[in-house]
Formats: sequence, structure tokens, C-alpha cells
Amino acid sequence: MTTLTQPAASGALATAWQRIWRARRLVERNIMFYRHQWIIILSGVFEPIFYLLGIGLGLGAIIQEVTLTDGRVVAYAAFVAPALLATAAMNGAVFETIFNVFFKLNFAKIYDGVLATPMGITEIALGEMMWALMRAALYAVAMFVIMLFAGLILSPWGLLIVPAALLVAAAFAAAGLAGTSYLRTVNDFDVPMGLVVMPMFLFSGTFFPISIYPLPIQVFMQATPLYHAISLIRGLSTGSVGTAQLWDLAYLVLFFAVCMWIAMRQMERKLIK
Amino acid sequence: MTVLAASGRVWQRNWLVYKRLWHRSLAFGFLQPVLFLTAMGIGIGALLTPASLEAFGGVEFIDWLGPGLLAAMAMQTATFESTYPIMNKIMWGRNYEAMLSTPVGIRSIVGGELAWGAFRIGTLATIFLVVLALFGIPRSPMAILAIPVAVLVGVAFSACLIAFTATQKNDVGFSAIFRFVINPLFLFSGTFFPLTQLPDELQAVAWATPLFHGVELIRGAILDQLDPLTAPLHLGYLLLMFGIGAWLAERNLARRMAD
Repeated sequence: MTTLTQPAASGALATAWQRIWRARRLVERNIMFYRHQWIIILSGVFEPIFYLLGIGLGLGAIIQEVTLTDGRVVAYAAFVAPALLATAAMNGAVFETIFNVFFKLNFAKIYDGVLATPMGITEIALGEMMWALMRAALYAVAMFVIMLFAGLILSPWGLLIVPAALLVAAAFAAAGLAGTSYLRTVNDFDVPMGLVVMPMFLFSGTFFPISIYPLPIQVFMQATPLYHAISLIRGLSTGSVGTAQLWDLAYLVLFFAVCMWIAMRQMERKLIK
Repeated sequence: MTVLAASGRVWQRNWLVYKRLWHRSLAFGFLQPVLFLTAMGIGIGALLTPASLEAFGGVEFIDWLGPGLLAAMAMQTATFESTYPIMNKIMWGRNYEAMLSTPVGIRSIVGGELAWGAFRIGTLATIFLVVLALFGIPRSPMAILAIPVAVLVGVAFSACLIAFTATQKNDVGFSAIFRFVINPLFLFSGTFFPLTQLPDELQAVAWATPLFHGVELIRGAILDQLDPLTAPLHLGYLLLMFGIGAWLAERNLARRMAD
């Protein structure tokens, strides 16, 4: 996109930066929208904390210890907490990109207005992505601080937890953006939430090691993005870092790229007819 | 038209909307307990040593968890059905305004909505109990009592939440209710771990909260271990909550619709 008032920027990097800079307007719009509804975002901080208290400590007092994949034994709370952090990053990203983007796309028709400005599809996708990342970052940082003070970060690798959570959030935000364009009515939310997000939450090694299941089921579970998100963040918080975490990283980056590509294509289809 | 007949009409309106979605709702009603029991029941159960099972009264963890989840499902369904859909009928879709211009009154609206909640939770609780039976959890035919108790838990929550929704001008407060009331109740009502794990003061708090009573009754019915001394107390708590909630719901909705 060129405008008369700006000199044409040279190079792909400059163009990318211009797009990100323009996309910030959408983030500003979302901040203004939430100004009187901040409790919706803030209350999400407490969800993993309640789970950590209830399952991690309450049930953890009975379970006590869990064996990690590398044979080390850790307290149950130290096992569950990183999984709850990964899940919180996913939820922050997914709620924003599935529910809110659906609403803006189909009811509020926000993007039709946005497209009448110098912003294009790329800026919309970037803007929503940045906003979803900010929300997910809030949850991840809050949980990181709690884990730090509760002594649930067992290794210096833990310093990388927040950046890793941002990658997790980006991957799920892209998936949410891609998925929401396929939904037609509010009743369709059952499908991503009930058939994808909820089962993933239960079966990605969140509350117990997946090794208790038969091998074919384990392979299926390992194919899900949340499994890799949890494996990556649990590896960092417990210090059990190995090649598995490199695979997690590669999976999440690839997953992000594929979902983002689908999201852009779908958005273009929906908005520009 | 009597209040009862008018309530029937309100119920019927919900039925006409639901008729188009019932198969999906029932499918999720079946899938959800299956997933939760397979994951939490079997998965966490595998982490427990035989000695640690004593905390659960000597039964397998999955047997202990299943009935608690049934009670929680009743609460969660009632909560969801009594927030956004009710707000929609108050202010977005304005269905109640239309209803009130007919012989349907406020009491019939509240009655019809509660009857609808009872029907929805009754069907879902029946499906849930079938799933529990597939996992071999119920100990005796007494387990069937879990269905009316689940309905009571559901309408008690529905009544209180309709009363709350009637006071709200937008849906922001729902997030706070879900996160600060419903979610903690889900986790700390003896659903996932016995309350004996908590310090004494917190146990007293748990006794004062509603889901705990539903969990105790439903688990008692399904595992055939109802305590004749405490069961009437649990039942009395839920009935009282329902009564107060229904009274508040009618009062608040009448005030709101008069605005």
C-alpha cells in the first residue's frame, strides 16, 4: 500500500514495520473498548491460580509426587503449575481470537470499517494478534510470579518461561483467528470449545503424565499443540530440558505459521468479496 | 390464564428454540462426562497409591470423582442458562417485554424459566448417570435419586442467578460471577479432593457454600452411603436456597421490567 504523503519505504523489513505500526491502531481500539470492562480480562488471571490451589495443592496433598519423563521426581504442584501457565496463555489467546473476533467479524462489522482506512487484512490480523498476545502475556506473567514465590520454578531455565508462553499464545491466537472464520452462529462455539479446547485441556498431560495411556493414544495426544506447549514450559520450569523441548519449539513455530497462513486467507475471503 | 398455564407457555417457547439444537446439546452432554472421567478419573487415579485412597473413603478415585462432577455439571449448566440467555430476553431480544404484553406475568416468566432449567438439567443428569453406569460407578438403584437432587441443585442456582442477572445492565458482571464464584465452587466443594484436606476454618466456609451440599447428596446416593443425619441438612440448605432465590428472582425481575 502506498500513500502520497509518505515516502515509499525501502525493503521488506521497513514494510513489515510500517504494517505493525499501523496495526497498533486496532490494539488501541481494543484497549478503549475494554476500558469499562477490564474485569473480564483481569478475572482471567485468577483462573489458573484457583486451579493451582484446588488441584495442585488440594489434590496434590494426597498425590504428593509425580515422576517426570526423564525420571526425576517432583512435587505434584510443581508438575501442574507450568501446565496451568501454558493453558492460561492458550485461553487468553483463544478467547480473544475466537469469541471477540467472531463478534467483530459478524455482528459489530468492525473490520468493514477498519478496511475503509489505510489498514488492510494484514494489519487486522497483526493487530488482533498483538492484542491477544498482550492479554495472554498478562496471564503468563501473573502465573510466573506466583510460581516464583511459591517455589514452583525449579531451574534457571525458568527465566525463559514468559517468552515461551508468548510463542504458545501466538500459536493459539493464529489458530483462533483461522478457526473463527469458519463459524457461522454463536451455537457453533460448542465445536472449538467443546471438541478442541476442553479435550486438549484434559488430555495434554496437564494433570497427569500421558504415559499412563496406551501408546496409540499417546501418539494422538502428542499431536496436539497444547501437549507441546505444556511439555515446553514444564521442561523450562523443572529444568528437564532436552531434545523434546526443541521438537516442541519446532512444532509450535510451524503450527503458528500454518495457522497464520490459513487465517489470512480466510479473513481475506470473508472481508473482501 | 393461570400462573401455571402461563409458565407452561414460557417453557414451551424455550422448547421451540431448543428443538433445533437438542441433538448437539445431548451429544455434548454425553461427551463431556466421558472425557472428564477418562482424563481426570483414570489419569489422576493412576497417580494415587492404594494408601492415599483412604482420603477418599476407600473407594477408587474415579468412583469418588464421578458423582461430584455430576453435581458440578448441574451448577454450571444452570449458571450458563441463567446468565446470557436471560439477559438476552430482558434487554437484547426483549422477549420478556413482549411476553408481559400478554396474560403472562412476572411470576409465570420466572416459573417457566425455572421449569425449563429443571428440564434441561434433568435430561443432562440422566445422560450423566448413564455414563457413570457405563463406568460401573453406581452402587445401588438408589443412584437414581441423583437425578432429582441434581435438578434441585440446578434450579437453586438458576433462581439465584436469574435474580442476579435481573439487576445487571450489561454482561460484564457475568465474568466476575463465573471466575470468582462458580469456578471456586467447582474446585473447592469436595468435587476433586475431600474437604478434610483443608484447614478447619476453610472446611467451615465450604459447609456454608451451596455446591458442597449437592456434591454430598449426589455422591451419597450414587455410592450408596447417604448419611441419614446430614442428608436432611444438605437437602434443607438447597431447598432454602431455591426458595430465597426464586423470591428474589421474581422481585428483581419485576423491578427491572418496570423500569
